[in-house]
Amino acid sequence: MSERAPLLTLNGVNTHIGPYHILQGVDLEVPRGALTMLLGRNGAGKTTTLRTIMGLWHASAGSVRFDGADITAWATPDIARAGIAYVPENMGIFADLTVRENLLLAARSGPIDAARLRWIFGLFPALEKFWLLAAGVLSGGQKQMLSIARAIIEPRKLFLIDEPTKGLAPAIIANMIAAFHELKKSSDTTILVVEQNFLFAKSLGDAVAVMDNGRVVHAGAMTALVADRDLQQRLLGLSLDRNQ
Amino acid sequence: MTTRVEQALPPRRRDLAPILLVPLVALAALPLVGSLSTWVTLTLAGLAMGMIIFIIASGLTLVFGLMDVLNFGHGAFISIGAYTAAVLAPSLSGLIRADSLALNLIALLALIALAMAVTGVLGYAFERIIIMPVYRQHLKQILVTIGGLIVAEQIIIAVFGPVLIVLPLPTAFRGSLVFGDIAIERYRLIAVVVGLVIFAAMVLILDRTRIGLLIRAGVENGEMVEALGYHIRRLFAGVFIAGSALAGLGGVMWGFYREALTPGMGMDVMVLVFIVVVIGGLGSVGGCFIGSLLVAVVANYTGFLAPKLALGSNILLMALILLWRSRGLYPVAKR
Ligand SMILES: Nc1ncnc2c1ncn2[C@@H]1O[C@H](COP(=O)(O)OP(=O)(O)OP(=O)(O)O)[C@@H](O)[C@H]1O
Ligand SMILES: [Mg+2]
Repeated sequence: MSERAPLLTLNGVNTHIGPYHILQGVDLEVPRGALTMLLGRNGAGKTTTLRTIMGLWHASAGSVRFDGADITAWATPDIARAGIAYVPENMGIFADLTVRENLLLAARSGPIDAARLRWIFGLFPALEKFWLLAAGVLSGGQKQMLSIARAIIEPRKLFLIDEPTKGLAPAIIANMIAAFHELKKSSDTTILVVEQNFLFAKSLGDAVAVMDNGRVVHAGAMTALVADRDLQQRLLGLSLDRNQ
Repeated sequence: MTTRVEQALPPRRRDLAPILLVPLVALAALPLVGSLSTWVTLTLAGLAMGMIIFIIASGLTLVFGLMDVLNFGHGAFISIGAYTAAVLAPSLSGLIRADSLALNLIALLALIALAMAVTGVLGYAFERIIIMPVYRQHLKQILVTIGGLIVAEQIIIAVFGPVLIVLPLPTAFRGSLVFGDIAIERYRLIAVVVGLVIFAAMVLILDRTRIGLLIRAGVENGEMVEALGYHIRRLFAGVFIAGSALAGLGGVMWGFYREALTPGMGMDVMVLVFIVVVIGGLGSVGGCFIGSLLVAVVANYTGFLAPKLALGSNILLMALILLWRSRGLYPVAKR
């Protein structure tokens, strides 16, 4: 697997938001078929990195290469159509649309595939239960499930998922972990997950990258980081003790 | 699976209160007006005018909801639609003067189609040339779109002169249907029917088609629509064109309603249109529909009952509605 070129490569990516210089040369490789965890303290630039990949911010320097193409300057819809699904930090649910309508829009290529929908209902039973309700009435965790369901409703090459466990109860997080294991089982799934919860991160991550101050300060195998408590302490600081 | 839903949660809450507003206002006005026949006349005139305002305002509210674009230039398309009809009407005078409802309707529909085609094309140009460069800059939007409105008005004056142009109603649309002492003006009835057809078509499109879903989703969160792979700029251009064409349709209907055109007619109507868009809830077609009818019937009743209040009644109505619901009748969830 490691012989193949990474699916996504960021090279010296700089992103400015208004007058602020947020990303200051991000180098990141996301290997194919694996789940990469992007960790880092609050404000490190994780969300900005995902948004830059999606073209929601545009890099002022550096490049983003996806599956052989330089997508740095592409428009967001074209990046999505190249095969990247995005679950934003705020979930981006359409509150006035029903659960069904949210998923209909996410299924770009036509009617929702029945088998795939059954699979998703298996992962997130709440979505079947609330199928015809306005998505705005869902709980925070259910919205998170809907947002992820929207991303996986059709096969995509890469999934970008920003803090899927944010504000979720432990039981729902366990559910979510099961869902991701399920998703990982299908062979050609590449996932980049931003996470604060190290427990969640280490139970799922194959690879890991840690950001600080708008840069990637560590990248490697998750097993190596899990084994090295000093490194954890240095990269992730106090937040770790709480989670372990 | 839906039956379980209904047990688990209250069914999707239909917010009925705003829908009751127009009937309640009409009922309350009946004893004040006193005479049933006057009340029917006032109410129907209000509904007809409300439908025309709705046709004009619906495009504007979607344009605002989708891209946060404040388009004061919308008023230009009202005038252009009406003047297009006035210019083309003489060549259809055979159909217009014929004493046949069918021929008259054909003439009206032809004028509407042509006016909508002209305003649609101009709307496309307006979007590309005037709106696009100031996208996301509200102050500049206000300035250039008002500029566009003034330029359009001046062009109309240059071409037609600052005079009133008559736009006579087709023969069969004149006069009233009389039931006892209640007279119902035919053209008002036609305006109501046209308004209802447009409203029904919009609701169907918004609820039942993918384009409609995209528009509703885009009004809420355009960024996410893009992240799902849809070009919101193209969607917006389409909505802008449709909205301009609808303003043109409204202009034709309004021109026939008054049977007279003035270069400033678009600007005059825009005040009402903005009030309606705010009352309805920015981006809400349903709110816009109710707001239009409400504004128009209230204006008619106050015009009859307390003419001195008539000018301020719309502002007062807007203030009351916003006190009740600060983001309009049907606020749209935003990001
Ligand atoms: N729209 C914006 N305008 C200005 N600054 C911003 C904007 N968005 C993010 N930033 C800044 O960029 C930096 C990185 O933010 P980002 O959201 O990428 O961090 P993060 O790693 O996702 O943090 P968290 O874990 O809290 O979600 C922060 O200092 C933040 O204040
Ligand atoms: Mg973040």
